[in-house]
Amino acid sequence: MPGPDGVSIPQIRDNALDAKEVERLREDFPVLKRRVHDKPLVYLDNAATSQKPQEVIDTITEYYSSYNSNVHRGLHALSERATEAYEGTRGIIRRFLNASEDREIIFVRGTTEGINLVANSYGRAFVGRGDEVIITEMEHHSNIVPWQILCEEKGAELKVVPINDDGELLLDEYEKLLSPRTKLVSITQLSNALGTVNPVKTIIEMAHSRGVPVLVDGAQAVPHGPVDVRKLDCDFYAFSGHKVFGPTGIGVLYGKADLLDSMPPYQGGGDMIRSVTFEKTAYNTLPYKYEAGTPNVAGAIGLGVALEYVSRIGPARIAAYERELLSYATEALSSLEGLRMIGTAREKVGVLSFVMKDVHAHDIGTILDYEGVAIRTGHHCAQPVMKHFGIHATARASLAFYNTREEIDILVKALDKVIEVFH
Amino acid sequence: MSDLGDLYQQTVLDHNRKPRNFRRLANANRTAEGYNPICGDIISIDLRMEDGVVKDIGFEGGGCAISRACASMMTDAVKGLTKEEAERLFDDFHDAVTGESDQETDTDKLGKLAILSGVKEFPARVKCASLAWHTLRAAMENRQGTVTTE
Repeated sequence: MPGPDGVSIPQIRDNALDAKEVERLREDFPVLKRRVHDKPLVYLDNAATSQKPQEVIDTITEYYSSYNSNVHRGLHALSERATEAYEGTRGIIRRFLNASEDREIIFVRGTTEGINLVANSYGRAFVGRGDEVIITEMEHHSNIVPWQILCEEKGAELKVVPINDDGELLLDEYEKLLSPRTKLVSITQLSNALGTVNPVKTIIEMAHSRGVPVLVDGAQAVPHGPVDVRKLDCDFYAFSGHKVFGPTGIGVLYGKADLLDSMPPYQGGGDMIRSVTFEKTAYNTLPYKYEAGTPNVAGAIGLGVALEYVSRIGPARIAAYERELLSYATEALSSLEGLRMIGTAREKVGVLSFVMKDVHAHDIGTILDYEGVAIRTGHHCAQPVMKHFGIHATARASLAFYNTREEIDILVKALDKVIEVFH
Repeated sequence: MSDLGDLYQQTVLDHNRKPRNFRRLANANRTAEGYNPICGDIISIDLRMEDGVVKDIGFEGGGCAISRACASMMTDAVKGLTKEEAERLFDDFHDAVTGESDQETDTDKLGKLAILSGVKEFPARVKCASLAWHTLRAAMENRQGTVTTE
């Protein structure tokens, strides 16, 4: 469609993937072809970790077979190539998140380490006795415990925004919690236990109007739709590679450059320094200041390939497809007798947590496993959520763009079997 | 390849639906609690021991079908046994579910409890089956603190 000066404006497609496209994409994922207990694998545990496309697997193998080398420190050909691939990934990530600069992209082990980095670095410097940190009742333990540790150490207070019985945040309660002593808000964009999508932009605006920075836990959000850190205007954003079709052991912390510059380093060691003497050590510039030691080079390069893979499909298209699939799945599950959905927010993504009458989650999980269906059962590292709903555990099916309606049908049949066994 | 039916047999399902000895004992002289926080299996066992014999036993708690059925079958099996006999049964059961014994031995030593040896094909569930036993042992030995098999 031509723009005002007659030049075509590329449209960001956001129409949902169709069944044929998904079938084609599934071919890229070797694990999806396997069988378990002599039945086809129906992988519905994507919130725990995602499967990897062949090109990500091949990239890692290629790195180790042909140019494996330590980055930054060498002059030789292999090191140059490894460094180029590694640093090039920073650019890929910057574009994916729509961050302003490559130096705002810090490689970490995963979301958990990203949050710990902020708690230790920003937290130690800027949170003091009597200060407050705000999190929510629906957070993953990785976005609770680092703050508990910090607050205990500093004599600061942890404030928790409550949720309602649909699993939605109570924004008026959040407003009440924001005070002159609040030093940071740390919040998940998407709940791994409930599937709730939080109004993160609004939450950030409210915090910023009081001069409070915000960390967003994007672990679940990144695989399921477009992320734009500048649009959100978040101060920090953390996500994990293994949840977005990349390898384990690699993740990203995005931080606004000014803020990262003002914070003390996290881990000390090689690469994060400019010079070392026993009298004085000078730290390196961003992003290296926060990247001590030899990084997970293979992981980073693999992550870059995974993000490009997602970009080619189109995050908006993924989001649209998953919305349809979630709707189909929710309706199908809700029709099962004795099944109660946990997490019924108006805005949700493909996480279906549920309990069944008179059947413990672990029994559901074992029987489903026997039908080839992989789900997760337990508290999903969200014990406060479980406590809110008065339960110990849920069974959780979580979707990715490579799941299909046929797979949901198999899930429902397997749940029928559970009901049959127990009643 | 093991069958799901090995685990969720009729007997097991029956014991889960209608657990035996599912009550607290008014005249208990030994008691212990067991809790697996990660999966949420929780159990409390009351014993009435007299002259080294399990005169009466009761249990309460919630959790998965395996933990409940196992607790129910266990309470039936140990009633009337001496402490030593109960301990020996515990060891035999432990060998059965951790795969350290064979089918024949299981049936020999465990009788009705042999049904539960199917758990050994499902390693993730062994801790569910074992919780009641470890809690029973703690009760018999009058040990303090909550038991866990996680």
